[in-house]
Amino acid sequence: MSAFPQPLTGRAAPLLVDNVDTDTIIPSREMRSTGRTGLAEGLFAPWRYSDADARIENPDFVLNQPDYRGTPILLGGANFGCGSSREHAVWALAEYGIRAIIAESFAPIFHGNCLRNFVLPVTLDRAAVEALAGKTIAVDLAAQEVRTQTDVHAFDIDPEAKQMLAEGLDAIDLTLAQASEIEQWTAADRTARPWVYLEPTR
Amino acid sequence: MAKTLFEKIWDTHAIATTAGGSTLIAIDRVFLHERTGAAALKRMAEMGRKVRDPARVFAVMDHIVDTRIGRGDGTLMQGGEGFITETRAACCEAGITLFDVNDRDQGIVHVISPEQGIVLPGVTLVAPDSHTCTQGAFGALAWGIGSSEAEHAMVTGTLRLERPKTMRVRIHGALSPGVTAKDMILTLISQHGAGGGAGHVVEFAGEAVTALDMEARMTLCNMATEFSAMTGLIAPDAKTFEYLSGRTYAPDDFGDPYWRSLATDEGAAFDCEIAIDASAIAPMVSWGTSPEQAVPVDASVPQGPARAHDYIDLDAGARLAGTPLDAAFIGSCTNSRISDLRRAARILEGRRIAPSIRKALVVPGSLAVKRQAEAEGLDKVFEAAGFEWRMSGCSLCFYAGGEGFPEGSRVISSTNRNFEGRQGPGIRTHIASPETVAASAIAGAIADPREYAREEQAA
Repeated sequence: MSAFPQPLTGRAAPLLVDNVDTDTIIPSREMRSTGRTGLAEGLFAPWRYSDADARIENPDFVLNQPDYRGTPILLGGANFGCGSSREHAVWALAEYGIRAIIAESFAPIFHGNCLRNFVLPVTLDRAAVEALAGKTIAVDLAAQEVRTQTDVHAFDIDPEAKQMLAEGLDAIDLTLAQASEIEQWTAADRTARPWVYLEPTR
Repeated sequence: MAKTLFEKIWDTHAIATTAGGSTLIAIDRVFLHERTGAAALKRMAEMGRKVRDPARVFAVMDHIVDTRIGRGDGTLMQGGEGFITETRAACCEAGITLFDVNDRDQGIVHVISPEQGIVLPGVTLVAPDSHTCTQGAFGALAWGIGSSEAEHAMVTGTLRLERPKTMRVRIHGALSPGVTAKDMILTLISQHGAGGGAGHVVEFAGEAVTALDMEARMTLCNMATEFSAMTGLIAPDAKTFEYLSGRTYAPDDFGDPYWRSLATDEGAAFDCEIAIDASAIAPMVSWGTSPEQAVPVDASVPQGPARAHDYIDLDAGARLAGTPLDAAFIGSCTNSRISDLRRAARILEGRRIAPSIRKALVVPGSLAVKRQAEAEGLDKVFEAAGFEWRMSGCSLCFYAGGEGFPEGSRVISSTNRNFEGRQGPGIRTHIASPETVAASAIAGAIADPREYAREEQAA
């Protein structure tokens, strides 16, 4: 996975349902290995296929409609990505090609998982999300704007998340650059809270 | 300045500010399981990274392990054995303490962490599992994360966080007989929505909360994630310290004044406050496909999204009680502890589940819970009533592709999620307390457990 495209353009696929959960995005039975790949086929399996085992498509599902097949931009309702913490939901979306999700609100673990995988979660009010349905839009991370031919919607993003997405930065590498501060803190904490530090016992 | 419990824990763990303005928060404990932890361990190895302090990282096999008596590494889910063998090898390589498939201390992560004294008041604990908030019952800041964040926590001993907002939910008064912590949390979510806690750490307080025992407090905090909160927590008190004393990984005593400081100061401000009257809470049952779609067991199905009515096959205005059932499940990190099993067994003792119930399982939360239940004869009560008695694990809280309920089943379940397909394609789930599951299994239809409470009081 790489830095967020600048800007990202595509047709906004409307999945305007509240409380879309990660079990629906990637059912447990579609998680077949300990790796992060091979998940795109199982994306939205319960809704995308009329027979998931045989992979027979449900033509009514938004991503099966010719206008939206393979689009990088998905629209959602409130509390998108609720439920299980499985990062597989974001890995499946990213492997399918989704790079931005624009929704009324996101569940917190899913939101964090998006950022760590360079998928941009954009929060806009319900009316704005609905107005984007079916339109060809540009998602501009640098300007923090979602643009249609006629409208501009500004969005908020944490400055650190923005930089990490824009530059494709790895969070662990960034944090390890502060390793000496962590070491110093830990040395003092060992004295202050000795019970936190354990010896291997098993 | 007066501080909330959350603010005290946050401030204690704040190591530094990052260049981008987030806070590096020290992580005291990491817990993994084979379903999402394996991915974190695999990536860590591929990147050539090491666990910073393996003695503070734990792992358990709980999510896809077989729960039939006599189990080994094999799973009913195709390919599941790979998750188990890979997790075992990776834990060994990384030097992580593993509670393996048939370890005497094996169990669901949020059941065994307290049993072992791994979670403690005032610590930060993370796991790549959304129900990690369960452990906030001990006054810890415990929350669910993704696999990438689990790798970050293991490698750096920290997470990069934006400070969440604070909410206090005060539940005053007393619960009626037959009403439980499960009904408290379902009431909160049904009244304020599945997104009602978004962006917040929720402190549960009030006399109805402090009156709960530790296991019921875990049930209450367990579903903070279903409220979209970062986590829930409850200030530790004498019950908390008594529960943890003598546990394997807990300190020898909690006499230090530090432990008593872990409480919200008088006058500390929260970003949001909610009040609930415990005496007005009834046994709750979900009618739809989100935990917010739950009503008192004696209420009618309200008007909700068409999609939810279609999936669950119940129209608005239908009476929920009396809805015929095909299956029953007692287990999960929400309601699988010894007190849950005792309460369900009290109702089932000397009774049989209805013939229409085609599958009924009791899955203890840990092997320690299983041993205790067997010592008390609860296994025999469940079996005599028609339930199967299992080894511990997450089991049919979710469908992994192996064992399932009979096709098209309507299930009464002591679990936490009634999502479409959560317990299998087309399976319709009604979440409720263990009491309500037991009463409903006997009736073969959704039933009010309070009649048994009244009977018991009269006796």
